[in-house]
Amino acid sequence: MADISAPVAGRPVVRPARPRGKAYKTFVDGIGANNPVFVQVLGICSTLAVTNVVTNTVVMCLGLIWATAMSNVSVSILRKWIPARARMIVETLIIAVWVIIVDIALRAYLPDISRTLGPYVGLIITNCIVMGRTEAFGLNNPPGLALIDGVSAGLGYSYVLLIIAVIRELAGSGSLLGVKLLGPWWTNWTIFVMPSGAFFLLAVFIWVVKGAILKEQKK
Amino acid sequence: MNWSAVGPAAVFFGAIFTNNILLTNYLGMCSFLAISREVKSSLGLGAAVVFVMGMTNALNWPIHYFILVPLKLEYLGFIVYIIVIAASVQLVEMVVERVSESLYQNLGIFLPLITVNCAVFGAVLFMFIRKYTFLGSLAFGLGGGLGWALAIVAMAGLRAKMARARVPRGLEGAGIALIIAGIMSLAFMGFSGMIPAA
Repeated sequence: MADISAPVAGRPVVRPARPRGKAYKTFVDGIGANNPVFVQVLGICSTLAVTNVVTNTVVMCLGLIWATAMSNVSVSILRKWIPARARMIVETLIIAVWVIIVDIALRAYLPDISRTLGPYVGLIITNCIVMGRTEAFGLNNPPGLALIDGVSAGLGYSYVLLIIAVIRELAGSGSLLGVKLLGPWWTNWTIFVMPSGAFFLLAVFIWVVKGAILKEQKK
Repeated sequence: MNWSAVGPAAVFFGAIFTNNILLTNYLGMCSFLAISREVKSSLGLGAAVVFVMGMTNALNWPIHYFILVPLKLEYLGFIVYIIVIAASVQLVEMVVERVSESLYQNLGIFLPLITVNCAVFGAVLFMFIRKYTFLGSLAFGLGGGLGWALAIVAMAGLRAKMARARVPRGLEGAGIALIIAGIMSLAFMGFSGMIPAA
């Protein structure tokens, strides 16, 4: 999350606001050309940790989409009243409120998953993507577009993590959504359950996508 | 696992090596990838994180157990912890500015970044979930900060070496950094037998 104000060489962090009425472009951008994970490499902090089981990842991603969309909308509605100097802390508090709602809902309806997710639900607050979207988009766009932008950034992030989670659970434990799929002939790849597996998978993922982008640019 | 039974010393070393907050819990990845280009700035950020993490854990522990729990306000926890983190970072910044000009020059730009560092907030959440004692929490904060600093400085050193290596174009930047982090995480796994309880 620190990325937002970090002096990142060569990477434009805050992008200019897009004109009104470009809802479709806003949506497609978040999933493809501006995907938060492999284009901006943001927000892998809190969610990568739960990608060893698909069920947890799905719940976590839904929570993240909700938090991103709702805080983007709230910041957008309040954007005329948020003082520029204190905007970071105001944004953080708005995000915290939406995440607390997720946390309470999970505790009430899915207590088992809430326990396995542990601190990671709360860590959505410091997820770079949520903050990044409110800072780069919510602060200077109307609420409707902010909602679309939040949902699409969340979705763009979720599908990458879901792919990683499917590979990790299938190869690491031979199961999917907790159901054993691969028979006794399958030898579990323990490395995919270990933390390093997620690092390697994400790196390969970025490699493939970036390679495709580079090829496109050459043409 | 009964985390509360582990002594502070074991928690401290466990947080540095066996449960490294960056390499096993992926916390603080963003600044890890963005800052770990130079050893010098990594050292600065690492030092600031150690300090802030120890301080926020030491402050949040009494606030949680003596104010939030008796008043049954645990659901406000996230907001309170974040405010405490932001306030202590601000305080540290002011103190450092007054006390030492040169230290401020070195640390100053990194301090605001720490408010939003997942590792600091993560350490606070972990210490409540694992029900550490006060000393355990303090040890966890300092050890976690040191572990994070160790990882980011090591990474910066490795990336400086990597500057001369021929990396495939698609892997440049974040990709290769993630692969290095994965290998480091594997190496740190070797420590896992050292502390039996953690």
